[in-house]
Amino acid sequence: MTGSFRTASGGRIDRAKPLAFRFDGTTYYGFQGDTLASALIANGVHLMGRSFKYHRPRGVVSAGSDEPNALVDVRRDDARTTPNLRATQVELYEGLVATSQNRWPSLAFDAGAMNDLFSPFLPAGFYYKTFMWPAGAWKRFYEPKIRAMAGLGVAPTLPDPDRYTQHYAHCDVLVIGAGPAGIAAALAASATGARVMLVDEQAEFGGSLLAETAATLDGKPAQQWLADGLETLAASGNVTLRTRTTAFGYFPHNMIALAERVTEHLASPNPNLPRERLWQVRATEVVIAAGALERPLVFPENDRPGVMLADAGRTYLTRYGAKPGTRATVFTACDSGYRAALELAAGGVEVAAIADLRPQVHGDWAAKALDAGIDVRPSTVVTGTLGRRRVSGAHLAKLKAGAVGPAETVACDLVLMSGGFTPSVHMFSQSRGKLVYDPALQVYLPGTSVERERSAGACRGVYGLKAVIEDGYARGEGAAKDAGFGTSSPRAFAVEAAELGTDGFIGAVPHGRNPAFAKAFVDWQNDVTSKDIALATREGFRSIEHVKRYTTTGMATDQGKSSNMNALGIVSEQLGVGVPQIGLTTFRPPFTPTTFGIFAGAARGDLFDPIRTTPIHDWAAERGAAFEDVSLWKRAHYFPKTGEDMHAAVARECKAVRSSAGIFDASTLGKIEIVGPDAAEFMNRMYTNAWTKLEPGRLRYGVMLREDGFVMDDGVVGRLSHDRFHVTTTTGGAPRVLAHMEDYLQTEWPDLDVWLTSTTEQWAVIAVQGPKSREILQPLMDDIDLSRAAFPHMSVREGHVCGVPTRVFSVSFTGELGFEVNVPAEHGRAIWEAIFKAGAPYGITPYGTETMHVLRAEKGYIIVGQETDGTAVPDDVNLGWAVGKAKRDFVGKRSLERAAMSAPDRKQLVGLLTTDPKIVLEEGAQIVAEPGVKVPSPHPVPMLGFVTSSYASATLERSIALAMIKGGRARIGTKLHVPMPGGSIEVTVVEPSFYDPKGERFDA
Amino acid sequence: MPDNAALQRLSEGLRPIEAVRLSLLGPAARLAFRSREAGIGPAGEAFGVALPREANRFGQSGSRFAFWLGPDEWLLLAPGEDAAPLAAAIEAATLGVPHALVDVSSRSVGIEIAGREAAFALNQGCPLDLSLAAFPIGMCTRTLLGKAEIVLVRLGPELFHLDVWRSFAPYVIGYLDEARREFA
Amino acid sequence: MLIINCPWCGARPEIEFRYGGEAHIARPADPSALSDQEWADFLYNRTNPKGRHAERWRHIHGCGRYFNAVRDTVSDFFVATYKAGEPRPDIAGETK
Ligand SMILES: [Zn+2]
Repeated sequence: MTGSFRTASGGRIDRAKPLAFRFDGTTYYGFQGDTLASALIANGVHLMGRSFKYHRPRGVVSAGSDEPNALVDVRRDDARTTPNLRATQVELYEGLVATSQNRWPSLAFDAGAMNDLFSPFLPAGFYYKTFMWPAGAWKRFYEPKIRAMAGLGVAPTLPDPDRYTQHYAHCDVLVIGAGPAGIAAALAASATGARVMLVDEQAEFGGSLLAETAATLDGKPAQQWLADGLETLAASGNVTLRTRTTAFGYFPHNMIALAERVTEHLASPNPNLPRERLWQVRATEVVIAAGALERPLVFPENDRPGVMLADAGRTYLTRYGAKPGTRATVFTACDSGYRAALELAAGGVEVAAIADLRPQVHGDWAAKALDAGIDVRPSTVVTGTLGRRRVSGAHLAKLKAGAVGPAETVACDLVLMSGGFTPSVHMFSQSRGKLVYDPALQVYLPGTSVERERSAGACRGVYGLKAVIEDGYARGEGAAKDAGFGTSSPRAFAVEAAELGTDGFIGAVPHGRNPAFAKAFVDWQNDVTSKDIALATREGFRSIEHVKRYTTTGMATDQGKSSNMNALGIVSEQLGVGVPQIGLTTFRPPFTPTTFGIFAGAARGDLFDPIRTTPIHDWAAERGAAFEDVSLWKRAHYFPKTGEDMHAAVARECKAVRSSAGIFDASTLGKIEIVGPDAAEFMNRMYTNAWTKLEPGRLRYGVMLREDGFVMDDGVVGRLSHDRFHVTTTTGGAPRVLAHMEDYLQTEWPDLDVWLTSTTEQWAVIAVQGPKSREILQPLMDDIDLSRAAFPHMSVREGHVCGVPTRVFSVSFTGELGFEVNVPAEHGRAIWEAIFKAGAPYGITPYGTETMHVLRAEKGYIIVGQETDGTAVPDDVNLGWAVGKAKRDFVGKRSLERAAMSAPDRKQLVGLLTTDPKIVLEEGAQIVAEPGVKVPSPHPVPMLGFVTSSYASATLERSIALAMIKGGRARIGTKLHVPMPGGSIEVTVVEPSFYDPKGERFDA
Repeated sequence: MPDNAALQRLSEGLRPIEAVRLSLLGPAARLAFRSREAGIGPAGEAFGVALPREANRFGQSGSRFAFWLGPDEWLLLAPGEDAAPLAAAIEAATLGVPHALVDVSSRSVGIEIAGREAAFALNQGCPLDLSLAAFPIGMCTRTLLGKAEIVLVRLGPELFHLDVWRSFAPYVIGYLDEARREFA
Repeated sequence: MLIINCPWCGARPEIEFRYGGEAHIARPADPSALSDQEWADFLYNRTNPKGRHAERWRHIHGCGRYFNAVRDTVSDFFVATYKAGEPRPDIAGETK
């Protein structure tokens, strides 16, 4: 059983390949080459969905991507369920399962259809006007209800199991659309040797030629010409052909986004293939050959299943071998209706009448129709239709001097309509090209270009097959020439094809009925009628942008492909002004809805972002370290032993460092090698500190400001020789600091002989901290004397450790004696393990970033980005000592000279001790002077500052905190308060150094 | 071989895919050389490969390469060699001429990608036109692959080398392996 | 995504670049000689023209060089790119 509406022969379906599929639970059969829509039509099924607002029964209107009605949900499994697919674009495959949307409980009986009965009370702007009261009801009641009733399909909740790929591609000429104009353009461009890419959204190239049965080109049937042309293109070697590929976005400088559906049409896709590809094509020249879309006529009850565009009806018959009905009424304002009527009549569909809006018909179309025995009625309108789930008749009435005469009912199960053709200017408009209204054609056409593109064929108002092909060829040739290629040999095309003329109609067709009970749809997908648009104009909306938002016309997923021009026509008529004066809404990407998957591409899971790990990472992972993300790095956060939580692990790690030794992976610290005769001068200008007198072999803590005077970064800097510095930066600040330095060096001081090289990843950095660190490390050093005398605190020595080249820093961020051992990255783990082994007798303990944070907070060392927030000057965080007062200039110096930068009420770094030592304050908590403030407070309370760091200190056996407080240094010794939801917490302001404030342990 | 076990595991687990072959390159001496005009000639002579003046081109002599990365920046690559003697020779040749020479041998790892679909795989993350006309043999440049910066080098119509900072290498290998999956 | 013509590397895609703000604003030789207002002008005040704008870009994922460009802020097309240190090209029809 393949459907009683299937023709005996013809069309591009493969009748040797029958396919079974299910729609709303019923099994049907179609053929390879069918779309879901054509297969349903071949089975006599026109009811494919319910409308969005009124839940009216709806059938398929078009045969392409402009379809507003037949939105379906296609399901492969729980995760692979795609809503809102246009049945006209869903290719049939064996076992396809589709369901209709917007219906409950079933498509045939829908409870929401009562909206339709109440529709006189659901005018334009209804939602805006009605659901605003009482306050709060919108969120609780109206919105959930409306969403449940009005949803457009349901997205699956499982992770998307398919792969999506993204590709960059380049070509000389990109041709968008492979109808006659696009094929001709591609032939012309490829003949010049240009790299050509030809894409089309359909499963097959050919566009309108695929439905062409009568025309001949160069003496060949149109479809043979098409096949030959495609063969030429495929054989040329410089043409990329992509079907099922929608050009959905036109971005600046000729970057075109394409969505290619790779496996959607396959019954059992190869899982290694992407479901879809995103192509980002950079084209030197673009030829837009997007064709034209047939325009519906706006007449009452034009939305019943069985009412469709004339050319769609013809396409179903000739391209898919599916008869769209048995008895048709044609309502037309142009020649397309005649062509459809004649081809349907020849294909076995009875044509009851042609109602022609025009008083007279040019050419021989009427004569041909009369010859075929069709009742042709000029100056006639359709004033309404009959039927419920399928159209059963149409009311035809004569137009006399603008008045509508009495209606006569014609029985039919198909109404074909044609209001002429609207050029598909979406991509041109997206390219920011200026559209120009053509009053004769009553359409907008491409005007001035902004990008290097040109339109060809019907999308620029060129009609007639011969004209379209010749235009396509000329435009393809011109594009290749402008891309720097020669001209192809001139081509003349011998074309015999029906001429359709350029007539058309925009706006609402007169019907003479009581407007309250006549629904003439303009926008099917958003259920907008001509009456809604008229109401909007009566309520004072003048611009189409406002009418659009008020009525929602053109705002559905089809972006008004079929409705925009008619909406403009209605507003124009209502206001009595020309169409161009109303404006035109903006066409935006995507041309048709696009999956989220292609925008994600490979960026998911482990490939979402680079996961940067250090050479010592695996050692830590093997020991069960917990990790934290610091910029793109994974850093060991703490090393829990069995049964330990973070608090216990950190307490143990801290004690180990303070009492014996800890080992810490500091490899992520940014490192920059600054080399050249002017290295010290450059350092002087970039850092607040003075560097000239720093001797080779010594270290200095450096502070870097932005030009606005605020602390940007800090780090320890080693001078290796008179012209070589080893600079360290914060982990997250590394790229920013290097870019900041390069900026000044390249653009302000290009005369300096100094160069910057990132060495962050050259070195693995192993920090060994604690009173036993020297004893542990010394035996491993081949040629470096770590003794106090030979290697004082804040020094750097180059040599070898375990036979590996090293730079050792005597530096401490913990307050204990400590060293940082830099070794080439590939040796990092081996040296780490050697140190760990050597430290075992001393109980050397690996520690993570949390312990590092606690230890430095005990010492009152700041972390840039934790204590500072981009508004702190050095003095605010007690780093005034690092500012070289005698220096004439450095980046940020002039800003520090502003009076406000040294005002006494600036926020300053202080320590806080809670009166109850067990309470650990929350970082970010606000600090006030008033005791006992409740949260929320009934009266305004001045905020003095906030907690920046807060920890339980195992060493001090109590909590400690750092804070930035207004005039904080003057408040040392006073009590302040931290209001929290559980009660206000009393704190004492103290010096921000809780442990060994004199620094006697560095040289222990 | 790299110490980075994650990368090691990843590279050992790579499937043999003929259309896009992916492999890790061995250790190499890498030197970042920066200089004004005066240092370019002597440095190239000492290294044994003239430093190219043309943007985004590399010079080669035997197994040594000199990659132009910027108007005053070259990456000198000597697979399998020790950086220290090379650096010493260049320092000696450029004595007194303002320049910067930094050993970055351990900073990055080399990746080879080869096969008829190598450019197709690279173009899933690299935004450059990789046709032979636009990116000929002999070209090298810093660019991007997905969210990682790479140095991309074309050695043959279907043969590319990448130099990638070591912590980004697992990402780059994973990205390219995912990109070539459709040819498995 | 824009195409930017690096004076060293030629036409390359925008994602290889970083924007660097308005060009030809030289850091004063002696900042301490400036009044607060003059310093604020240098630090913060920019021309923000509608039309042709001289601005800094850096080919950060390429040759690493900062260079200057004249871009039309209305059309988003580049009129010219030139090396740092070179004068702003004299282009007819310029809106300052
Ligand atoms: Zn460049």
